[in-house]
Amino acid sequence: MIRFENVAKRYPGGREALRGVSFHVERGEMAFLTGPSGAGKSTLLKLITLIEKPTRGTVIVNGQNTSRIARRAIPRFRQRIGIVFQDHKLLYDRSVFDNVALPLVILGLGPREIARRVRAALDQVGLLGRERHAPITLSTGEQQRVGIARAVASRPDVVVADEPTGNLDPELSLEIMRLFERFNDVGVTLLIATHALELIEPLDRRRPPLVDGMIESDTPASGQA
Amino acid sequence: MMRALRHYSSLHAQSLSSAAARLAAQPFATLLTVLVISIALALPAGLRVLVGNASAVAGSWDGAADFSAYLAAEVTVERAREIVADVERHPDVEAVRLVTRDEALADFRARSGFGEALDALDENPLPHTLVVRPASGAAGNVEGIAAALRAIDGVDLVQLDTEWVERLRALLALSVRIVDVVTAVLGLGVVLVVGNTIRLEILNRAAEIEVIKLVGGTDAFIRRPFLYLGLCYGFAGAVGAALLIVAVLALLAKPTAAVAGLYGSDFTLEGLSAADAAILFAGGALLGWAGAALATARHLRAIEPR
Repeated sequence: MIRFENVAKRYPGGREALRGVSFHVERGEMAFLTGPSGAGKSTLLKLITLIEKPTRGTVIVNGQNTSRIARRAIPRFRQRIGIVFQDHKLLYDRSVFDNVALPLVILGLGPREIARRVRAALDQVGLLGRERHAPITLSTGEQQRVGIARAVASRPDVVVADEPTGNLDPELSLEIMRLFERFNDVGVTLLIATHALELIEPLDRRRPPLVDGMIESDTPASGQA
Repeated sequence: MMRALRHYSSLHAQSLSSAAARLAAQPFATLLTVLVISIALALPAGLRVLVGNASAVAGSWDGAADFSAYLAAEVTVERAREIVADVERHPDVEAVRLVTRDEALADFRARSGFGEALDALDENPLPHTLVVRPASGAAGNVEGIAAALRAIDGVDLVQLDTEWVERLRALLALSVRIVDVVTAVLGLGVVLVVGNTIRLEILNRAAEIEVIKLVGGTDAFIRRPFLYLGLCYGFAGAVGAALLIVAVLALLAKPTAAVAGLYGSDFTLEGLSAADAAILFAGGALLGWAGAALATARHLRAIEPR
C-alpha cells in the first residue's frame, strides 16, 4: 500500500530530513511511525501526501510512484488518501456537517449520498448529533474527531495521521487510537505518526521507529505479517 | 453523463449562492467595491447614452438640408429667374426658391434690428439668392449639385447649409471614438478593481484553500467560487451603474426640456434602452469574471500546503 525505497529528503537550505528510509505498510495494516520530534516523521507523511517530493529514492502509494505524478494529477491522487492533522485543519466558517462533506463534494457525489455518508462518518466518531454545530463550539478532542470523520468519509484507500493526539490528554488520546483501530478492523490501511509510545504500546501494532532520518529497526507486531 | 452534468451544475449553483452570501456577509466592504465598479461602468455607459441622444438630434436633419446659392451682384432679376428655371431641371433638385435682393433686404431689415444702419447705405448690398432643396434621395450627392450650381454663369457663391451638420456629425463620430476609448480604459479598470478584491479574498482564505487542496480539491474546484465572486461584483456594479445613469438622466430631464423648448423643439432625453441595459449587465458580469480569472490564475497556484 505504502512503500518507501531508500528515500532521502533534503530541504532547500541543506537540512536532511530523511536519509535512506525503506519500509512498507501492507494493505489493511495499521502501523505507527514513532520517534522523537524532528526525526522526520512529518516529512515522511508529506512525501506520502505529495506535499513534498523525495530528493532520492522511490515512494509508492497505492501502486503509484509519487515522483511520476504530474501537478495536475495531484488532486485526484489525494482524493484517495485520508489525512488527519495534529491541528485538525477544520474550516471554521462552516458547520461540522459541511466540513465532513467537503471531500465528498469534491468527489462529486449527489446531495443525498453526501448526507448519508457524512452521517455515517459522524456516527462512527460519535458526533452524530453535532452536525449543525460550528467546529469552534466543540472541544479539541471533538474537533479532532470531526477531522477524522472528514478523513474517512470518502472511504479512502489509506489514512495517514500526523500526531493526531498531539494536543490531547491521555484519556482522549486513547479514545482516538481506539477509533483508528475500529477503522482498521473494517479494512482501512492506516499509518499514524506519533511520539506517544506509552499510548500505542498496548495496541500491539507494527511501529517502525524513525530516528534521525532513518528507520532504525523495524519491529513487527507479534502475530502480524 | 447525466449525473456528471447534474453534479457540475449543482456545484455552479452552490458557488453562485455562496458567493452572493459572502458578499452579503460584509455589506460595507462589498458596497464600497460595488460603488467603485458602478462609477467606472456608469461613466462610459452614461456617455454612450448622451452621445446616442446627440446623434438622434443630428440625425433629424438627415438629407433635409437646403442650401443657398448667392448670385453675383450684377445679375438682374430676369437672369436670376432663368437660372432658377435651369436649376429646377437638375434631376437631383426638388425645388428652387428665389429670394430677390429686395426681399432679402426687407427680410433682413425686419429680423436683424439693423434697419437704421441699412438706411445709411446708398444701395442694397445683398445679392439675389437661390434656396435649393435637394431631392430626398439625393442626400449623398449634395456636393454634386453644389458643383453644378457653381458652374452656372452668374452664380457667385454656393454655401452648403449642411456644413455645420457635417461638422456636428464629425464631432459626434469623434465623441463616439472617445467614448470607445473611455470604455476600454474603464473596463480595464473594472477588471483590475475586481482582480485586486479577489486577490485579497484569496489571501484571506489561504488557510481554507490549503485545506481544500489537501483533501483533493482540483484547481477548478478552488477557482470556481472566486470566479463567481468576481461575476457577482461585476453584475452588482453594472446594476449600480444603471441606477446611477437613470438618476442622472432624471436630473437632466428638466433642464434639457427647458433648452429644447427655447429652440422650439419637443426633444426629450432617451434613457437607457433595455438592450443597452442588457449589454451593460452582461458586460459588467463578464469584466468581473475576467478580473477574478486574472487574480486566481496569478495567486491560487502560490498557495500550496506545507
